[in-house]
Amino acid sequence: MSNANASVFSIRSLNFYYGDFHALQDVSLEIPAHEITALIGPSGCGKSTFLKTLNRMNDFEPGIHVEGSVLLEGTDIYQNTDPIALRRKVGMVFQQPNPFPKSIYENVAYGPRIDGIRGRAELDEIVERSLKQAALWDEVKDRLKKPALGLSGGQQQRLCMARTLAMDPEVILMDEPTSALDPIATARIEDLVLELKQEYTIVIVTHNMQQASRISDQTAFFLLGRMMECGNTERMFSKPSNPKTEEYITGRFG
Amino acid sequence: MKREHSLKAIQKAKHTDKVMTAILYSVGGFFLVFLLVLAGYIIIKGLASYYPGILSFTSEGIGNQIFNTVYLVFLSLLISVPLGLAAGIYMAEYAKEGRFFRFLRISIESLSSLPSIVIGLFGYLVFILMTGMKWNLLAGALAVSILSLPSITTTTEDAIRSLPPGYKEGSMALGATHWQTIVKVLIPTCTSRIMTGVLLVAGRGFGEAAALLYTAGQSTHINWNNFNPASPTCPWNPLRPGETLALHIWVMRTEGSLNPHAAQIANFSSAILVILVLAFSLWVRILARQQEEKSGGAR
Repeated sequence: MSNANASVFSIRSLNFYYGDFHALQDVSLEIPAHEITALIGPSGCGKSTFLKTLNRMNDFEPGIHVEGSVLLEGTDIYQNTDPIALRRKVGMVFQQPNPFPKSIYENVAYGPRIDGIRGRAELDEIVERSLKQAALWDEVKDRLKKPALGLSGGQQQRLCMARTLAMDPEVILMDEPTSALDPIATARIEDLVLELKQEYTIVIVTHNMQQASRISDQTAFFLLGRMMECGNTERMFSKPSNPKTEEYITGRFG
Repeated sequence: MKREHSLKAIQKAKHTDKVMTAILYSVGGFFLVFLLVLAGYIIIKGLASYYPGILSFTSEGIGNQIFNTVYLVFLSLLISVPLGLAAGIYMAEYAKEGRFFRFLRISIESLSSLPSIVIGLFGYLVFILMTGMKWNLLAGALAVSILSLPSITTTTEDAIRSLPPGYKEGSMALGATHWQTIVKVLIPTCTSRIMTGVLLVAGRGFGEAAALLYTAGQSTHINWNNFNPASPTCPWNPLRPGETLALHIWVMRTEGSLNPHAAQIANFSSAILVILVLAFSLWVRILARQQEEKSGGAR
């Protein structure tokens, strides 16, 4: 690995099963701090499953089984971490914008509230800061009490980012966050992600090759549950070492 | 060679479309008119039977029965809403598919189709005979709760299950516990649906007679100046007999027909009952709307 940043996540020989289905096979990957890691690969290759092992959102699926280790700052999250505490540290933004059917304010204040923050002034401050970080503040500051579901799709997705940021996480996982958005809303999210990497470590699953090459520092290519290749994004897209990677990024399958 | 689209087939399909639209509109219109005529008839004929003193809180009037009806529905909701909510949440969020789950589901379904007279007799056996008490409002409320429990349970379960999975995922991904997610996201999101279910159940409670015959009893003696809740004539004592409006109508039309005003009382009571149910459903709808606006759930 050519980067200087320390790893936030170290994944070592991870095997993941849904019942009998071997969804991830022997995946090892380092996720450096303050960088954007893109996970690419055709549908069903395991990239979303992999993403969800990082905050244990797979725990709810029936019959799952995990082997190997996922270390977050040296601690194995499948052995020594409470999943609730883990998810407050490792936030997630989903493919479909999923704000709660509450007001804009209440959406952002939801996380801090379950974290036990009660003070009005403190909540106000967190809401404002998170919405500013998500580049949404100017558009919604006059209608914080209005329903979040009245926002456009792109605004809803930025609200979901703000909601995640309000937890003050270390890592943000994004599962194809722009696949339901138009090109302009997509560009705004991409700018935002680039901005956020100063403070957060970001892992993003994407189907969009241009997106991966535009925003990520490191790219990992998944195929049939295996990680085929991983490395510096520029290098991966200019001279991939695995012929399968080249076939995929040049659009010959997928 | 492109396929020829038959103009005749299109015209025929469009014709059928028109005919069906007309039929469905007429059916809808018929029911609307039917409902208006029925409710109008009961209310107008009932209110026309008014005589001075019919609204009094004495044995001459039906004031006590109106109070008993509202009080009994309130008591039964106090029992059935928390239990039904809990059961619905369990069915939607905690129960695992399996033999026990299927057994529970069948039990709930059969409970919901039991005739109310059977529930009434069961209530008589358990809440009156086995406790050794006299007819009382609480026994009536419990009997009505048995009737409403399956419906509240099913409504709650369906309401939670119909929510997009994104709400739950979003909350869990923020590090909320399962219970926090249920209480702070899932239930508030389906409040208005659950309230509609409660409304239907309450409406049934207002009109229930068979289940109350041998539980709440067919008589009522209230002394409005009695503030000792342990006394059998205190209006707030849930352990006193409390005849409701629906039962009163039945009594007036059978053994109570010795009363010179029997027919008038029965007609007037029916009108009051219809108005009560209408007013209650309006009130709940307004409440649900306000709740939705307050939480910012509406678009």
